[in-house]
Amino acid sequence: MTPEIGQLALSLALMLALVQAGALLVGAWRVDPSLMAVGRTAAGLQLAFVALAFVCLAACYVDGDYSVQLVAEHSNRAQPLIYRIGATWGSHEGSMLLWVLILSVYGCAVALFGGSLRETLQARVVGVQGVVGAAFIGFLIFTSNPFVRLWPAPPDGAELNPILQDPGLVFHPPVLYLGYVGLSIAFSFAIAALLEGRVDANWGRWVRPWVLAAWIFLTVGITMGSVWSYYTLGWGGWWFWDPVENASLMPWLLATALLHSCLVLEKRGALVSWTLLLAILTFSMSLVGTFLVRSGVLTSVHAFAIDAQRGVYILGIIAVLTGLALGLYAWRAPALKTGSLFGLVSKEYAITVNNLFLAAATATVFLGTFYPVFAETFNGDKISVGPPYYNLTFAPIFMLLFVVVSFGPMLNWKRDEGAALLRRLRSPALAAAAALVLAILIFGVRHAMAAIGFALGAWLVAGAGVVLARRWRLGEGARADRLRRIRTTPLAVWGLVFAHAGLGVTTLGITAMAGWQANLVTTMIAGQRVVISGKHVTLTGVRTVQGPNYEASQAAFQVDTLAGPRVMVSERRLFPASQTTTTQAAINVGLFGNVYISIGEQSANGGLVVRMWNHPLVDFIWGGAFLMAFGGAVSLADRRLRVAVVRRARRPAASPAPVLP
Amino acid sequence: MRRLVFLAPVVVFAGVMVAFALGLGHDPSVLPSTLIGKPVPAFSLPPVRPGDGGLASPQLASGGGPRLLNAFASWCVACRVEHPLLLGLKAQGVPIDGLDWKDKSADAEKYLTQQGDPYQRVGNDESGRAGIDLGVAGVPETFVVDGHGRVRYKQVGPITPDDWTRTIQPLMERLRRE
Repeated sequence: MTPEIGQLALSLALMLALVQAGALLVGAWRVDPSLMAVGRTAAGLQLAFVALAFVCLAACYVDGDYSVQLVAEHSNRAQPLIYRIGATWGSHEGSMLLWVLILSVYGCAVALFGGSLRETLQARVVGVQGVVGAAFIGFLIFTSNPFVRLWPAPPDGAELNPILQDPGLVFHPPVLYLGYVGLSIAFSFAIAALLEGRVDANWGRWVRPWVLAAWIFLTVGITMGSVWSYYTLGWGGWWFWDPVENASLMPWLLATALLHSCLVLEKRGALVSWTLLLAILTFSMSLVGTFLVRSGVLTSVHAFAIDAQRGVYILGIIAVLTGLALGLYAWRAPALKTGSLFGLVSKEYAITVNNLFLAAATATVFLGTFYPVFAETFNGDKISVGPPYYNLTFAPIFMLLFVVVSFGPMLNWKRDEGAALLRRLRSPALAAAAALVLAILIFGVRHAMAAIGFALGAWLVAGAGVVLARRWRLGEGARADRLRRIRTTPLAVWGLVFAHAGLGVTTLGITAMAGWQANLVTTMIAGQRVVISGKHVTLTGVRTVQGPNYEASQAAFQVDTLAGPRVMVSERRLFPASQTTTTQAAINVGLFGNVYISIGEQSANGGLVVRMWNHPLVDFIWGGAFLMAFGGAVSLADRRLRVAVVRRARRPAASPAPVLP
Repeated sequence: MRRLVFLAPVVVFAGVMVAFALGLGHDPSVLPSTLIGKPVPAFSLPPVRPGDGGLASPQLASGGGPRLLNAFASWCVACRVEHPLLLGLKAQGVPIDGLDWKDKSADAEKYLTQQGDPYQRVGNDESGRAGIDLGVAGVPETFVVDGHGRVRYKQVGPITPDDWTRTIQPLMERLRRE
């Protein structure tokens, strides 16, 4: 019964999404409050039915109903409960259902909490969400139905791809999707603004928290994915420029740009049409990412089952949604009121430059990712581009961007003085110069690039610190005044400081990894000792262990670190149900770097193939990224307060508050 | 003029969509070699084993029968997996030449001393230059070269016993009769 209920719920959700889209968009056009109220109710019901469908699918997995094809293909009885639940979104169909569920949650949230928005604007935003929702629920039902039955039902299921059987899987996709799909709100707001023909500071104030929330999830999701691939794939890297990694990086880059341009729009009313374009493109990048993973245009470690029909459908969705959005933009944006002007030395200008660098970086990633598609289409070549391409294009753009990052917070809005700016930037510049000179003295000119990396890291961290120092004016006034200044630092400022400093920390980690990563492949027998980057590693023994649904060969190593000897256990698991093997690398985490060991097969003469790495400062990369996300969260906490203040102040003048039954 | 600027995004987007639509029809996981049927590109590589002659492309044509050209590297884990099979082929009398790709010759020599040496000739392609001409995207890759020095088949990834008995061995039999 359960799968049929799910199927029915999904069909009803499709109808409701169409009602939501139609009633709200027509209602807003005719300024018909009752029609708009119908649309908002539909948005709530649509969420309820999508949630029901999701719960039904999860229940099928938990019960082990192998008459459902999806369940039979991705789970079996031996699989632990947590991975049976996680398997709900471990397949193409299930993850798409999660995608749609999150979309409905966001749409419903605007319907519920957007009461202080202009009613027609709110209606259009939720209406556009309905259009996107209908498109993707349709995609599920017509090309990827999760509830298809299997007859006769097998007694037990196959298996979830073993590399997905990891705590990382349970959290990585939902968090990432909260980010990807959260960007749909920015898209809907942009379309609504274009339909309304007006954008004001209030629009920026409304969009920014949504973009910020999506950005936080995206940052955390990407970082989790990077950590996960580091320890499960056994390649010992943190970023591979894999097409699907790029698919998450592109919306992140554009969302970062959008976050900053929304700030300009909110505070100064400038960069109006640029911000709208960014909002459209950012969500379009999410859609392109979805297309990339599910259509099979490119090969990737992440690719789901390849199916050209699905590719055609998603391509159709992108063509219609983004195509219409950009067409609307070309038609309506030129008529929008342009914002106030600003000087060459101003915060607006610095943010504009930051936006241009981010957009250029996105373009290089886009080109690199899709070059194989373009090349094959236009001259039949099979070519893919790898790290050397990104080192030549993406890296220089980002290094310039890092230089600009510390300028923005030091500048005043509208107009500022160049000489004063340089004075304020004196201490970050000194920190960078000191880092550069020290690094060259210690490591030599051979590592000049790394020295520049360290200098940029120091520049970013010090640049963030100076924001606080400048605000607190520690040298001035009575002690009580100083304390008050420290205590009253707004959360938004803290957020900025954490985020920019986090970027610096990540830069330090990337630099150390690029300059000093060491790698050793060898065949070892028990008792043998090798040296990597000055550390002694001994293979102490190999044994076979039995897991719940796998069999593993386990190798124990002893590493002599500064803090004494440590035992490290590296595993290679064989999952008999799917005849696949996974590696569980042994990682000895240290403040200054990790020792990483993955094992291969036992060779004929009894030796074990061992691959070892020394990864200096690698944890800084993720630590910095989490610090960025934390900064975002701190800033978001501040925003909520301010939105609430605005809401109270605006209530009396606003149109009657919409009621959601 | 100002309007044209606003039109630019939708025009670029349309172009990208066309490329995607055309790209959907291709299967990206098939990696054909453009060299099939063509002579092995010219190269001359220094030796890995001190004192022997290295590997030069004309030598591949002089044998009469078909032979294998195996690209490998000492740092490559998959090559270690493939290695016992190559040693087995050597024992059966299959002629194999090695192209040591993006590797130091000293490392490769140590690798061959430790793991056994299936190769008649081995050349060291430290820069990866010869690899580029051959279209080597990663190691291991194996080419079947016929008696006239033409590439007839390319295997991407390690040769499994299945690949050998089902595909490569029958092909070499046929080439030997040609």
